[in-house]
Amino acid sequence: MTSEPVIRTRGLSKRFGDTLAVDDLSLTVTRGEVYGFLGPNGSGKSTTLRMLCGLLTPSAGNITVLGCELPREAERLKRRLGYMTQSFSLYRDLTVLENLRFLAAIHDLPARGLGRRLHDLMSRYRLDALRDRLAGTLSGGQKQRLALAATVMHTPDLLLLDEPTSAVDPQSRRDFWEALFELADAGTTLLVSTHYMDEAERCTRLAILDQGRLAADDSPRALMDALPGRALRVETGRPRRAHQYLATHPGVIAVAQIGLGLRVLATDRVTPDELAAALTAAGLAARVSADHATLEDVFVAATRRSPPEPGPDPTPS
Amino acid sequence: MKTHRLLAIVVKELRQLRRDRLTFAMIIGIPVMQLMLFGYAINLDVRGLDAAVLDQADTARSREVIDGLGASQVLDLRYHVTTPRAIDALLREGRISVAVVLPRDFETRLERGDRAALQLVVDGSDQVVQAAARQLARFPLPDTAGWTRRVAPIEVVNFYNPERRAPVNTVPGLIGVILTMTLVLFTAIALVRERENGNLEMLIATPVSPWELTLGKVLPFVAIGLVQVSVVLLLGKGLFAVPVRGSLGELYLAALVFILASLALGIFLSTLARSQFQAMQLAFFTFLPQIMLSGFMFPYAGMPRPAQWLAELLPLTHFLRLVRGIMLRDAGLADLWPSLAALGVFTGLMLGLTVSRLRKRLD
Repeated sequence: MTSEPVIRTRGLSKRFGDTLAVDDLSLTVTRGEVYGFLGPNGSGKSTTLRMLCGLLTPSAGNITVLGCELPREAERLKRRLGYMTQSFSLYRDLTVLENLRFLAAIHDLPARGLGRRLHDLMSRYRLDALRDRLAGTLSGGQKQRLALAATVMHTPDLLLLDEPTSAVDPQSRRDFWEALFELADAGTTLLVSTHYMDEAERCTRLAILDQGRLAADDSPRALMDALPGRALRVETGRPRRAHQYLATHPGVIAVAQIGLGLRVLATDRVTPDELAAALTAAGLAARVSADHATLEDVFVAATRRSPPEPGPDPTPS
Repeated sequence: MKTHRLLAIVVKELRQLRRDRLTFAMIIGIPVMQLMLFGYAINLDVRGLDAAVLDQADTARSREVIDGLGASQVLDLRYHVTTPRAIDALLREGRISVAVVLPRDFETRLERGDRAALQLVVDGSDQVVQAAARQLARFPLPDTAGWTRRVAPIEVVNFYNPERRAPVNTVPGLIGVILTMTLVLFTAIALVRERENGNLEMLIATPVSPWELTLGKVLPFVAIGLVQVSVVLLLGKGLFAVPVRGSLGELYLAALVFILASLALGIFLSTLARSQFQAMQLAFFTFLPQIMLSGFMFPYAGMPRPAQWLAELLPLTHFLRLVRGIMLRDAGLADLWPSLAALGVFTGLMLGLTVSRLRKRLD
């Protein structure tokens, strides 16, 4: 049983009218993983998550989640699955406790032991003091804690979280991730979509989605090690001009200004010395040094539309 | 279907309703306001109706009666005419809505009491005028006390409206209109609101079934509808002395079935609409034909055939038949079963459509 993947999709696609929101996606998520979905807005993260919990029917491909074949066995799956929507989806005009009680009833939790369960959840997610507050009056972080408590009410084996921290301050984000790791330690498999690099880096495995397609899929470390190209640091007195120049340089994949310096993602063929020489030749004296690859570099390289080097065009055949 | 899940949804709905002060106020406010509005517009003592007098008797007594009628202030006796033809003309031109006719043998008729002594010719196309005429018909004529009369002393003749719709028709009808207005609207919004607030996405990822959700959202409004019926009945009786001639139990049963039909319609609209605004528009879209074609505004018998067919599809049409029959004509459900059955079929159809549309998916 342990070897069987929690989520397995093959050739998963979803079409809305003319747009292909998810394109031929094949994923495998194993038990106990904190699996990250990283991608820009509109890359198909939410659509994929919704298909994985049976809310949307795929246009093509097949899905098996926790041994249930979707969408046929969606109802059976719903007892073992927790899905936390992107926007707050509990009732704003009910109190914290009323919301939790409602979810408990909906999930058929037995009346015996319910009081203990609610108490446990409220203390674990620090909701005790808020129990009689209307959910609509909670802060972003408090809402997320309540939503998480409601989502794990029935102790699901798999949690799907759609950008859970997008409306939350940094401290609450860290707290929230602590809570997620706690759940992972307890044996829950988590699939989290995000567009924060620091969050993506904390995942045990990461899928980068770009325009509905799987652009990369590995552990964050492996992805950074395998970065196609190199990260360079450029220090110059005229960063704006240098930025403009580098953006047109053929070996450069991406440029970003960081403070007064520039961070350049270049192809492997470009060496620091070459780039420094090119800049000097353009009348921009600069110091260029190698830098550590970050997940952002991986992300930029993976979701870059223009081909980083001459070769086959990466548009789908 | 699990009862505890259904119950959880009902409790949740009631809690939300309790916190939504405005909606809560509307549930009682709308019936009261409508009843006052419609009720008083119909039943309020009408004063100063333009009238003509044709006094063919021209005796001391006839003049006394005319003075008395004038003093009642209900009629403004503007025209004194000498021929029935003149009355016809004045009525047709809309200059008067009532004519008082005292025949040549007024005195004799009064003495003998075998024929009506005085005729009120009324523009029956106007309900307000009809009501006023009915009041006037109770006007005491001189020297009739103690007489055993076979015929009422004053006869009301309805022009233009032989059907003689009584104003009390409106209050029973109003029960139907109020239920339609509030219940269809509230439930039309119900599911859309869950969708707009994102609750539906959360709910369909849980084991809750479409039936539980639909019924759970509808049931609280059944109770609310019955409260509204009671409010209208009590106020109708208290303020306008609208009778309930038939069985009260049967009346409530009919109301219950109609409430279910309205809620089913509303919840079905809710599955069509994408936003609360659309839901409201859809509700009004169904509301207008119901008011116009059900027989609330215009008599069913007077409508052209296609309109009548359309009316048969509307729940309010059937409820008006039920409620008027029970309240005004002392009819029983045994007599009115086709209307009850029609409402039942309508409800089943709408609920079935709703559940079929409310798949547990987003696409």
